[in-house]
Amino acid sequence: MIEMHDIWKTYADGTTALQGVNLVIDRNEFVYVVGPSGAGKSTFMKLIYREEVPTKGQISVNGFNIGKLKHRKIPFVRRNIGVIFQDYRLLPKLTAFENVAFAMEVIETPRRLIRKRTMEVLELVGLKHKAGSLPAQLSGGEQQRIAIARAIVNNPSVIVADEPTGNLDPETSWGIMNLLEEINFRGTTIVMATHNKEIVNTMRKRVIAIENGSIVRDQQRGEYGYEI
Amino acid sequence: MAMRFSTIVRHIREGFKNVGRNGWMTFASMSSISVSLFILGIFMLLALNVNKLADQLDNQVQINVYLQVDTQTQKAEEIERLIKRIPEVKSVTYIPKAEGLQRFRESMGEEGKEALDGYDKENNPLPDAFEVEAFDPQKIGYIAKQIEALNLTDPDKSISKVKYGKDTIEKLFSITNAVRNIGLVIVLGLAVMAMFLISTTIKMTIIARRREISIMKLVGATNSFIRWPFFIEGAIIGFFGSLISATILLVGYSQLVHTTSATIGLYMIQFATVDEVTGMVGGSVMILGTLLGIFGSTISVRRYLRV
Ligand SMILES: Nc1ncnc2c1ncn2[C@@H]1O[C@H](COP(=O)(O)OP(=O)(O)O)[C@@H](O)[C@H]1O
Ligand SMILES: [Mg+2]
Repeated sequence: MIEMHDIWKTYADGTTALQGVNLVIDRNEFVYVVGPSGAGKSTFMKLIYREEVPTKGQISVNGFNIGKLKHRKIPFVRRNIGVIFQDYRLLPKLTAFENVAFAMEVIETPRRLIRKRTMEVLELVGLKHKAGSLPAQLSGGEQQRIAIARAIVNNPSVIVADEPTGNLDPETSWGIMNLLEEINFRGTTIVMATHNKEIVNTMRKRVIAIENGSIVRDQQRGEYGYEI
Repeated sequence: MAMRFSTIVRHIREGFKNVGRNGWMTFASMSSISVSLFILGIFMLLALNVNKLADQLDNQVQINVYLQVDTQTQKAEEIERLIKRIPEVKSVTYIPKAEGLQRFRESMGEEGKEALDGYDKENNPLPDAFEVEAFDPQKIGYIAKQIEALNLTDPDKSISKVKYGKDTIEKLFSITNAVRNIGLVIVLGLAVMAMFLISTTIKMTIIARRREISIMKLVGATNSFIRWPFFIEGAIIGFFGSLISATILLVGYSQLVHTTSATIGLYMIQFATVDEVTGMVGGSVMILGTLLGIFGSTISVRRYLRV
């Protein structure tokens, strides 16, 4: 469902972030992307949700050749991809409920469906009781759960998570991982960049290691493989 | 793709929220719309009244045909017959030179009497003349040409001059045209400034909302969905800015019409009525203001909203 053929990415300033990446990620896989800072992990993720386009090579997501996608069609491809960041990116003036419902509103979901579905995902992430809270009134872990709820509310087939536990303590991180595993179990592909050695080594999923813009290791039931 | 009603409501709500977001800039751009359209409105009112005045003059127009001073009476009568034969002519009145002098005296009043003292029946500098009326005042120019053309078949070239009221009207128009052109330049300059202020305001809103916009993009909102609230913000600024100036213009104008007709009500100057100008001036000010607002936001949306 995600395929990359000889992907190169050079930014406008001349920095080459990816050089010749090839890979296939199947439906319903759970993939860790590891590697040192500046290796090109975030760039790799950005190509998937079409934040960046490759300088060279072909990338397809859900069968769409998204490097050559017409601008008009980008939104419709994005609806099938949920994105989660290290810094949550919630809207500070909206409540937890509103932050999640926002993602449905802006793709023009009929009003009557929004409330039901929003409460459903809030329940899934275990924060139904915090629906009325503002982000500032929530802990980091809770905010990330809201961000996850927002990412899955439109039923995407892929979740792209760029260091989702980067700002969280170990215990909270485990909560987030269990949630992502649950979402994966329900049929969503997950691609997650991380620096968390313990998590990668414990969960034992497919591990893709990127260094200097190239995939140096691609291993089923892999390990983190770095001593940091 | 038809837009859902709740989506329209949302865009309008967000548009108003945007307006409330940076109050001072919104105030400044609304004011600049108001001022520029107020001045435009003044020029429009002026133009409307000049047109009205021209209409009034038009209805009174007649053609004055002056003959050469030495034209014989017989010749004059022949020319009168020829003029009467023009189908568009309603009536022709013969003004012999003596009567012309008499009228001239009267029109000059006391001061003129002395100046004209030396002139009498034997020594009359004025020519014989005709006053020609048309069925249709619009045809005046055409009739005047026909009369002038009578000279072509006349070896004496007896007609010395064909004058008609259009001269006055045209003079009036040339003055107002000059005023209007200057006004247009001022209004254009102000409108550009207003548009610049509006686009700056919208730019600030876009910057203030960039977090929201990036999330909207991320979850797959369409470009037009993201843009709409900003167009509406521009339209709101333009609409309310021009509403203010339209209100001031129309209230002010009706006051002016009332007080002026009270003081010089006996004279023949007739203002364009408030009803007449409401649609014309009020309508175009409102439409123009709203369009300016939308254009202003389009500039910013194009430039700063990379969607
Ligand atoms: N927008 C950008 N413009 C220029 N260079 C960039 C940009 N984003 C990332 N880079 C560079 O590309 C390389 C890979 O960055 P990134 O993909 O963020 O790596 P990682 O997420 O693994 O830390 C780095 O050298 C980084 O400085
Ligand atoms: Mg990164």
